[in-house]
Amino acid sequence: MPVPAIELKNITKTFGRVVANKDVSLSAYRGEILALLGENGSGKTTLMNMIAGIYYPDSGQIMIDGNEVVIASPKDAFRYKIGMIHQHFKLVDVFSAAENIVLGLKEKERFDLSKVNEKVRQISETYGFEIDPAKKIYEMSVSEKQTVEIIKVLYRGADILILDEPTAVLTPQETRKLFAVLRRMRDAGKAVIIITHKLHEVLSLSDKVAVLRKGEYIGTVLTKDTNENELTEMMVGKKVSLNIERAEPKDPQDRLTVTKLDAVNREGVKVLDDVSFVARSGEILGIAGIAGSGQRELLEAIAGLQKVGDGSIIYHDPKTGLDEDLRNKTPLEIRDLGVRLSFVPEDRLGMGLVGDMDLVDNMMLRSYSKGRSLFVERKSPKTLAEKIIAQLEVVTPSTSTPVRRLSGGNVQKILVGREIAAAPTVFMAAYPVRGLDINSSYTIYNLLNAQKESGVAVIFVGEDLDVLLELCDRIMVIGSGRVTGIVDGRTATKEEIGLLMTKGGHSEEEAHEEGGEKHE
Amino acid sequence: MLTILASFLHSSIVQGIPLLFGATGEILTEKSGHLNLGIPGIMYVGGISGIVGGYLYEHFCGKPVALLCILIPLFCSLLGSGLMALIYCFLTVTLRANQNVTGLALTTFGTGVGNFLGGSLLSFFGESGSISLLTIGKWYKAYLPFADKLGVFGEIFLSYGFLAYLAVIVALLVHHFLNKTRTGLNLRAVGENPATADAAGINVTRYKYLSTILGGMIAGLGGLYFVMDYTGGTWTNNGFGDRGWLAIAIVIFALWKPARAIWCSFVFGGLYICAVLIPGLSTAAKEVIKMAPYVVTILVLVLSSVHDRRENQPPAHLGLNYFREDR
Repeated sequence: MPVPAIELKNITKTFGRVVANKDVSLSAYRGEILALLGENGSGKTTLMNMIAGIYYPDSGQIMIDGNEVVIASPKDAFRYKIGMIHQHFKLVDVFSAAENIVLGLKEKERFDLSKVNEKVRQISETYGFEIDPAKKIYEMSVSEKQTVEIIKVLYRGADILILDEPTAVLTPQETRKLFAVLRRMRDAGKAVIIITHKLHEVLSLSDKVAVLRKGEYIGTVLTKDTNENELTEMMVGKKVSLNIERAEPKDPQDRLTVTKLDAVNREGVKVLDDVSFVARSGEILGIAGIAGSGQRELLEAIAGLQKVGDGSIIYHDPKTGLDEDLRNKTPLEIRDLGVRLSFVPEDRLGMGLVGDMDLVDNMMLRSYSKGRSLFVERKSPKTLAEKIIAQLEVVTPSTSTPVRRLSGGNVQKILVGREIAAAPTVFMAAYPVRGLDINSSYTIYNLLNAQKESGVAVIFVGEDLDVLLELCDRIMVIGSGRVTGIVDGRTATKEEIGLLMTKGGHSEEEAHEEGGEKHE
Repeated sequence: MLTILASFLHSSIVQGIPLLFGATGEILTEKSGHLNLGIPGIMYVGGISGIVGGYLYEHFCGKPVALLCILIPLFCSLLGSGLMALIYCFLTVTLRANQNVTGLALTTFGTGVGNFLGGSLLSFFGESGSISLLTIGKWYKAYLPFADKLGVFGEIFLSYGFLAYLAVIVALLVHHFLNKTRTGLNLRAVGENPATADAAGINVTRYKYLSTILGGMIAGLGGLYFVMDYTGGTWTNNGFGDRGWLAIAIVIFALWKPARAIWCSFVFGGLYICAVLIPGLSTAAKEVIKMAPYVVTILVLVLSSVHDRRENQPPAHLGLNYFREDR
C-alpha cells in the first residue's frame, strides 16, 4: 500500500456557529484523480482551502507523504507542492499571464519576464495548453484564465493539484480539453483532486470518489465500482426524485414581446443582436446558452437596467389591455406603468441584496417607496422574512442576521422569495438555483411552477440543460447575443440545444480549439 | 526672453520638487491599495521634524559641521514622517479603519503637530517671528559652484540643492522598482487584488506596511525640501500651504506612474507659481491665475475618469482594506 500524497485526519472547521467540516478524514494518492463530491454547502471548498492554506483547521491533522505538517498560509502550501485552482480565479486583471504566474515567487535569479515567458511555453507544450504569456488577463476568456491558473501552480512545481469546480464555467469542448490535461498530469505522477457536484464528470474522469455531506465525510469509493445512483445516495442521503412537475400552460397570452433588440455594453461590444421573442403568461420560457452570451444583458434590458439600441420591448398589460413600451425606461418608470418585473440578477449580493443589511431590511428594499408615514414600518417586512424562512427552509440564526453571513444558497433563497412575494406578472430569474443544493433547487422549481400556474410569465435563465428540458415549456437558445433557436421544451433533445448553444459566433475560437486537438 | 524662460523653468522645478516627493510617496503607498490622504499632514511633519532636529543641533552645538547639518534634519524628517505613516498603517492595515477618515484625521493632526512644535520652539527659546536655521539652510541650498558660470543651462539643470536631484532619482527608482522588479510586481498585486497576492504567498500586511511607511518617508522629504531649501531653513506656521493636496492630485494626473510624476510635478509647480512670475498683472487676474493648479486638478480628474485603458486606472483595490477570512 503506497503512502498517500496527502492525508487528512479528523479535520474540523467552524465559522462562528456554522460547522463547515466535521471530523473529516480522507486521502489522495499520486497518479490518481480523486473526485471530491458533495452538494453545495457540503464543505468541499472549505476542506480544500485548509490544504491550500487559506483557512486553518480548528482541529485535526494534515499529513503529506506520511509526515504531519502545519499549513498555516498559502506559502506553506507551496512548500509542500500543493497547488489549488480556485473557483473564483485569483488573478490580477491588469497583469499579463506571465506576471500572474510568477507572482509571489522568490527565485534567486534576476527578474526577467522573457525567461518566464519561455518557461511558460515549455509547460504549455508538455501538457498541451495554448496560452500567450504576454496576454493581459482582462483580455482573456474564462477558460484561458483557468489555463493561467493551472500553469501557475505547475510553474511552482506543484504535484498535488486541487481544482475547485473547474468545469462550472467551461463549454463542453473546453471541458474535454481540461480533462485531457488532467489525465496527462495524473499519468505524470501527480495527485489530482477535483471538487465537483456533476456526477457524469466524476464518472468519466476520476479514479476514486470521496463524498462529503453537510460537512461530514461519507466515504470513498472506486469510480469503476460505483454508479450514478449510489453516488447520488451518498451525496444527498436520500433519493431525490428527479422528476420536475410540468403542468400544461393554461390559457397562454402574450405578455412580453421583444422585437429585434440590439444592445452594446460599456466596452462597445455588441451584446444583444437582433433578439426577438415572446414571453407568454402561464408559461415558463427557458433561456439556454453558454455563460456570458447576453442572458444577463437581455434580462437587464427588460428590467430597464441596460441601455438598448434598436428594437422594442412591448409589455401587454393584463389589467388595462394596453401595450406599454419598456424601452429605455428606468426601473422605477417601468414600475409606475404598472409593469411588474421581478428580477433575480446573476450576481446575488451585488445587485439583489445588501450584504451588511439584515433580512428584514433587505425585504424592505423592494417596498421602500410604499410607506406613507414618517417612520419605517418593520412589521410586514419582518412577517415576509419569516414567511420566506419557513417556506424555503432558509438556514439563518434570525431575521436580524446580515445576509452576508449566510451561505450562498440561503442568500439566493431569500432573494427569490422576496421577488416572488412582489406578486409579479412577469418573473425573470437568472440562474436562481446556482449554488443551491438539490433539495433547495427543487424548492425553487416548485416556486417557479407555482408562479406559472398562477398566470405569471416566467423567464428562467438556466445552465443545466436537463433542468431546462424538464421545467420549461419553451426554450430559447442564445449564442453570442443572438437567438439561435426557440424549441419546445417537451420535444427538444439535449443534443439539439447543445448544438444551438455553440451556433452563434465563436466560430473562430472553435476552429482554434479544433486545431489544437489535432495537434495533440 | 531666454533668461525669463529659464528663470520660469527654474521656479517651476523648485515649486515642483516638494510635489514630486509627495506624489512619489503617495504612488508607492497607493500601489499597495491604501489611499493615504494623510500625505499633506505627513509632509508637514516631515518639514517640522527636520526643523526641530536642525534647531536643536544648531543651538546646542557651537560649531555646526556641514555633514551633520545635512544628516540630522534629514534623519529627523524621515523619522517624523515615518512615524506618521506608521500611525496610518496601524489604523488602516492592522485595525482596518476606514482609510479616508484616517487619512483626513492624520492630515489635521500633522498640521496641528507642525504648528504646535513650530510655535513651542519659538516660545521655548524666547524668540519672536519665525525660526530661521540659516547655516543648515545654506547647506541644503548649496549647489555646484560652477553652475552659475554655465548660463541658462546651469540655471535650469544645476542650480538646485541635493534634495531636488534626490527627488528625481527617487521617482525614477520607484518607477523602476514597481515595473521591473519581482518585489514591485508583488506590491502592485497587493494593491490590485490582495486576495490573489495572499494566495500567491505574498505577505500582504508586510507589503502594505513597508510601502506605506516608505511612501510616507519619501513624501516627508518634500516637507523637508520646502523648509530647508525653498525657504532656506525658516519655519512659518501654515507656510507649506496646500502643496500636499496637489501632490495627491498629481498622482492621478501621472496615472500612478512615478516617472510621469516628474514632469507632472514641474507642470503643477509652474502653474502654482506663474501668477507671481507674470509681470504687470492686476490683483484680480493674479487671483484667477492662482486657481490654475486646482482647475487643472479638476480637469485631470474628469479626464482620468473617462480614460478607458485598464492600465491607466487606479489600483483596483485602492481604498479597500483587506481581511483574509472575509467571506
